[in-house]
Amino acid sequence: MSVPFLLEIGTEEIPDWMIPPALESLQVLFEKAAIPHDAVRLDATPRRLVLRAEGLSERQKDSEERVLGPARSAPAQAVAGFARKHAVRPEDLTFESTPRGEYYVFIRKVKGRHTKDILADSLPAMILGIHFPKTMYWTGKGGAQFIRPLRWIVALLGNDIIPFELAGVRAGALSSGHRRLGSGEIAVTIADYEQRLRDHYVIVSAEERRNKIRRELEGVRVKPDPVLLETLVYLTEYPTPITGGFDRQFLDLPEEVLVTVMRHHQKYFSVEDASGRLAPEFVAVMNIPSDAEGFVRRGNERVLRARFNDARFFWETDQKKKLADRKSDLAHVTFQAKLGTYLEKTERMMALVGELGGDRQAVRAAELSKCDLTTELVKEFTELQGVVGGLYARVQGESEPVWQAIYDHYKPESMEDVIPRSRAGQFVALADKLDTLAGCFGVGLVPTGSRDPFALRRAAQGVVKIIVEGKLDLSLSKYLTDQTLAEFLAERIRYYFRDLRGFKYDEVNACMAAGSSNLADLEARLVRVRNLRSSPDFEPLAASFKRIRNILEQAKFTGVGRIDTGLLEAGPEQDLYEEYQSTTGQPIESVISRLRPKVDRFFDKVLVNAPDARIRQNRLTLLSALLREFSTIADFSEIVTTA
Amino acid sequence: MESFQEIIFKLKHYWAQRGCIIQEPYDVEVGAGTMCPETFLRVLGPKPYRVAYVQPSRRPADGRYGDNPNRLYKHWQLQVILKPAPGDTIEQYLGSLEAIGINLRQHDLKFEEDNWESPTLGAWGIGWQVMLDGLEITQFTYFQQCGGMDLELVPAELTYGLERLAAFLQVRDSVYEVEWAKGFSYGDVRYLDELQYSVYNFEMADIPTLWKLFELYETEATRLLSLYDPKSTGKKRFPLVPAYDQVLKCSNLFNTLDSRGAISVTERVGVIQRVRRLAVGVAQAWVDQQQEASVEVAV
Repeated sequence: MSVPFLLEIGTEEIPDWMIPPALESLQVLFEKAAIPHDAVRLDATPRRLVLRAEGLSERQKDSEERVLGPARSAPAQAVAGFARKHAVRPEDLTFESTPRGEYYVFIRKVKGRHTKDILADSLPAMILGIHFPKTMYWTGKGGAQFIRPLRWIVALLGNDIIPFELAGVRAGALSSGHRRLGSGEIAVTIADYEQRLRDHYVIVSAEERRNKIRRELEGVRVKPDPVLLETLVYLTEYPTPITGGFDRQFLDLPEEVLVTVMRHHQKYFSVEDASGRLAPEFVAVMNIPSDAEGFVRRGNERVLRARFNDARFFWETDQKKKLADRKSDLAHVTFQAKLGTYLEKTERMMALVGELGGDRQAVRAAELSKCDLTTELVKEFTELQGVVGGLYARVQGESEPVWQAIYDHYKPESMEDVIPRSRAGQFVALADKLDTLAGCFGVGLVPTGSRDPFALRRAAQGVVKIIVEGKLDLSLSKYLTDQTLAEFLAERIRYYFRDLRGFKYDEVNACMAAGSSNLADLEARLVRVRNLRSSPDFEPLAASFKRIRNILEQAKFTGVGRIDTGLLEAGPEQDLYEEYQSTTGQPIESVISRLRPKVDRFFDKVLVNAPDARIRQNRLTLLSALLREFSTIADFSEIVTTA
Repeated sequence: MESFQEIIFKLKHYWAQRGCIIQEPYDVEVGAGTMCPETFLRVLGPKPYRVAYVQPSRRPADGRYGDNPNRLYKHWQLQVILKPAPGDTIEQYLGSLEAIGINLRQHDLKFEEDNWESPTLGAWGIGWQVMLDGLEITQFTYFQQCGGMDLELVPAELTYGLERLAAFLQVRDSVYEVEWAKGFSYGDVRYLDELQYSVYNFEMADIPTLWKLFELYETEATRLLSLYDPKSTGKKRFPLVPAYDQVLKCSNLFNTLDSRGAISVTERVGVIQRVRRLAVGVAQAWVDQQQEASVEVAV
């Protein structure tokens, strides 16, 4: 008979951002247990991870296990011994033929275990196996480790409790409601689980919580913020948005500062007016159903007022010392112990911006770019570094290209983020990232696995994105003196074109094999290869190039000699040579359809490995010349052909 | 409306009823209640302990001359240590909020991830900042390590920000307007203190003198630690608690020097290391000393 399964892991509040990956991990572990089932559903709130599955059998299927015994020719004594060992008579054994002859075989019937028992055995390890970035002890040193203390477990198979104990918690049928609006112990069944929890102010489904927030926000001009929405969905069990206001006078402060305070520090959505400007309002999401008395709204308004007052205080204090006057203070700010201070970094960046082709304004922006690290506002709101510098530069009379370049120079902060809007900003951003990369790799601070404390992957990805999307014509190789760094960057280039731009991986490999120092050029070649690919001649020709490469490799051909036309055989070889002669210097697009049949015929009719060494050498020279001629846009032998 | 002191009375009473020793503030300057021996040393080793105390905590760099309504050079923490943490620690904590008159059915309470770490103490833990209507009112931590050592029993540490809590309960925009006792505001009691210490910490503290003091205390702590002998039969009477006081002095002097702008970023890491080395030294010796003591009791 088929039964449903429910597992609820009750904990203290799990960090919101860890919950979705934890559910994925739990699902993987459950599938690994290989218990046949139908649909699986995963849900979570901050205090529970829930796995529900349908259609489990109460008992697993019976199975047979074959135990190979002695050879059929073995003495009767040995056969009797084998039979005794398995508690059967010798005549109950069967035979099996193997390549080495006939053998006695005992077929053991294995009765399928009760699914409940399998789950009782496997659930403790499955729960503790859920991957979290950081775990803790709570029962004492050497005890169980989990993301936060486990407080209850509901484990039901049909109507039965799956009996097990983990870290002093006995699995049962008692769940727990909202911390203050629900009861601490709620008896549940699989059928009434969601409803029982809802009665106790817990909405188990994240989707439902998300929709509740969205629905109740209809009519409020909230600035869309999907990341914040997800945070709030996993920070609450019964979310309810409320709108609060703040004094209009704070709108004098830069919008960036106000939004950062609301979003990062208070987890509020900001609100726009009809013209798209910031309105003196915010939306907080509570973990209770209503705020009838207005306590929560007024409390949040008071906190925000204090925060905005602080920001105003910092803004005004910072104005007392211009950015330009802060440069010397950077001598006291360490960039990285082995890489010196931010003053030194600033000077390196200024030189690099000049070298990259930046004008006076770009160099000026580089000079001021790190000065905001000494301001109170950035010390308070570190995520606003760069932005604050740009805003200060603007009010302190720096030109538009300068302040914008400072403002933008940490961009792109993610793969989705845009690159700096101006050339100057692109140069400063590039110089900053290249300096960090070269510096860190130079002193051995290389990212390993998931450890990347200096965000070097992001920096490298930024370099690629800025050069390509900014269409900067510069050669990277001169900034990649370190081989490890060159490979690290190559990986980011590959990732960018493949995963973000959608080029096929073999196209990327083929084009990069022909050079990746100039990314604008690489991009142009990628586009050409992609277009070429639709030609019916492309893949066969690519296959031929691969063949040529193999032939040259096998022959250990290193020759750079000239083709001796006197040694060419009339027919396909002569034809191919003439084709090569007439197409040299022309783009591959215009010759591919003519070249392909010539190459095919050559391989069809001509024996490269001719008995006469001189002829052989001449043929290899011809093939190598051909390969070289058409490998400037890509190494076509890297193309994966379907044929 | 509860006054500042009534809130303190009620919280102390609440935790006393739950088996906590009520201690009085430690009499050496500290940056946080965690640094008091009642937390730093007591969380070490296998003995259960429960204590609650108010600790005025000095953060020289946070001083604002009494001008800023929310930032203080010295603020009052209520520190609670439950070692080992009972399974219903959070429930008990929520009960304490209700005991001071917060109806949690009408307020928004969230536990937001915030793992606490003190490099100077070689200590860290896992936990949350507790947000009440968007205001951080408590740091809640399950200690994992202290003095660089894994803890045998995992204690829960609750650190209430008393001024914030009082401002919340009394609906005040400035902590200086909080009523401390009938007829006296927080400002009446504390304003001068805040103003004068801001002037001292930011403007007048003599840097060479502070460095000299730092080195004197450091030397004395180092000297004591070098004399501790784990094999000595009389080690129970060895003055580790006084040695720890020297470490606390160093820590406060470091913070004052820092607020005075006398410590460059490069130096900073080095000085923190020096204090940490002493703190870890005391913690390790303390664990050793306690083990010996428990054996004696067992005999």
